[in-house]
Amino acid sequence: MSNIGSYDERVKDFSWEISERELEYKPGDVINIGWYCTDRICLKGKGDKLALKYEGLGGREKNYTYNDIRQLSNTIATFIRDLGIQPEERVCMFMDRIPELYIGVVGVLKSGAIAQPLFSAFGDESLLVRLENAETCAIFTQKKHVSKIRKILDKLPKLRHIIIVDDNQKSPLQDREVAFNMEDAERVDVFETYPTLAESPSLLHYTSGTTGMPKGVKHVHYALISQYLTTKWVLDLKDDDIYWCTADPGWVTGISYGIIGPWTMGVTQCVNDMGFSADAWYSFIQKHKVTVWYSAPTAIRSLMKAGDDVIKQYDLSSLRHLASVGEPLNSEAVVWSDKVFGLKFHDSYWQTETGSIMISNYPDMKIKPGSMGKPFPGITACVVDTETFEPIRETGKIGLIAFKPGWPAMMRTYWNNEATYQAKFKNGWYLPGDRAYIDLDGYYWFVGRDDDIINTGGHLVSPFEVESALLEHPAVAESAVVSKPDFVNMEVVKAFVCLKPGFEASEEMDLDIMNFIRKKLSPLAMPQEIEFVPNLPKTRSGKIMRRVLKAQEWGEEIGDTSTLEDD
Amino acid sequence: MDEIRDIVLAYVIKEYLEDPDEEIGYDTPLITGGIVDSFSMVSLKRFLENKYKISIPDEKAGPEAFDSVNKITKLVQEFLAK
Repeated sequence: MSNIGSYDERVKDFSWEISERELEYKPGDVINIGWYCTDRICLKGKGDKLALKYEGLGGREKNYTYNDIRQLSNTIATFIRDLGIQPEERVCMFMDRIPELYIGVVGVLKSGAIAQPLFSAFGDESLLVRLENAETCAIFTQKKHVSKIRKILDKLPKLRHIIIVDDNQKSPLQDREVAFNMEDAERVDVFETYPTLAESPSLLHYTSGTTGMPKGVKHVHYALISQYLTTKWVLDLKDDDIYWCTADPGWVTGISYGIIGPWTMGVTQCVNDMGFSADAWYSFIQKHKVTVWYSAPTAIRSLMKAGDDVIKQYDLSSLRHLASVGEPLNSEAVVWSDKVFGLKFHDSYWQTETGSIMISNYPDMKIKPGSMGKPFPGITACVVDTETFEPIRETGKIGLIAFKPGWPAMMRTYWNNEATYQAKFKNGWYLPGDRAYIDLDGYYWFVGRDDDIINTGGHLVSPFEVESALLEHPAVAESAVVSKPDFVNMEVVKAFVCLKPGFEASEEMDLDIMNFIRKKLSPLAMPQEIEFVPNLPKTRSGKIMRRVLKAQEWGEEIGDTSTLEDD
Repeated sequence: MDEIRDIVLAYVIKEYLEDPDEEIGYDTPLITGGIVDSFSMVSLKRFLENKYKISIPDEKAGPEAFDSVNKITKLVQEFLAK
């Protein structure tokens, strides 16, 4: 029997009080996610249970019990407090998937500061705009990433502390840098967790916008109420499970369901800080006897591409529940997983702003391969007309996905950008920016984005951000960035580039521009293809018409071109 | 072979290695070792194709084939021989 039992029954009498009761929380109480992830589990008598099984580069392994992560997060919280960092100041976590990242986020939350996780593959420009916007006061990082911070330090006067978690004293520390080794530091057994309340800010996640710079999505400690229950009912975690979430905590999935969900449930989770290969992943599942696996369509399609023979070399019989998130999971992937694992991947839909799963396929509910599933109990969802924003009653008609505001994990605002936050609401509905339709049985079917944002491998990339960075390349006069279809990543970045006089298109130029963006922004934002063009399609007012180029890439109708500038 | 190997190693160090103190060799895992991710693999493949005037089909350019300098060298030689 699954945790959710009957989906239909749960929908009938749902209240978020179910989650509050299970977490022994009453309105007005102190609620601190960090405490719930560690101290509460220890108080329940699970201090000796494994919280984290970590496997890093070269097979380096480390295990941490709940008592270990309680003490180590206390140690980190004490260190933060001793640095003079105040509650609600932003502390960035800029690390690979190492134990210090997972335990560090918990420590930051316990201290009352706001954790700002950032993907460690970000280049210096991506890092700068996010640290500048958040007015971040401290950053936890590794030696290997510190050069990116040093490069932009002059532009970050508010950044007071650069905390290096693996300093080996080979080279001297520089301005504002301090070494902190979690394992060597004296463990703190007792720390008074900062008494955050429901609406106290907890996390600041950055997400890409279509026309502006990245937006800081502000979440609060009360988000735990949604994150806990969705983990329990969608991911179906149980006390004896070994859970593996493949998402990086630099992104929201890696936090909501890679730290908060499993640890507030007191479940053992595995972390793998290795790059992707089918052999390495199957071997990891076999070795750790993973039972519940939460992954992404890109990874699943990469595994499909690696073939079925490799699977036969491993014993994957420990697996009992599979789920997916990040981008739509195509029906072929669901059918494939059923064939090779004897289990279907359960697709789930949500985004950074929603903080927790909104639409999903549930254990014990019939899966329609390719469908997003149905709204989580307590979530009022529909699709609305793109003009009137009124709910569409006809089945099968495409509209914008819409949610009635008010679920616990919903973002509270965009950091220093309330106007953009308000613009996400129309006619009383929150619009995540995706198009879908609903079938006769109430299942949602994803159609596409309603804007130019590129979803590559489950990560959103802003064309605007890539175009801005391209302009900084000495040879680029102007550019237009769009998505192009890709089997593994669903979409990848393609750039149309006009060169300045005196520069010529060549294979070397192509590679130089690719590497320029990879280092400046991130590998995700790097154009996988560059097409050099003499000019770009523009409106008569001079605005680049990305949609013309995008339609060309996707083999779609170009649509109305009446405003297109004459050649 | 040695020349290709050294050129590839030098390129990986120059373009993908973030930690100046980190030392890598011909058999260091690049993809599973987290030095080159799946997105960056595209730029590494482009470098090889430009440098050696070869075309590596996507189905041959999987993470396993790119997981070390030695494996990449073997792949390049395979296409140079064609």
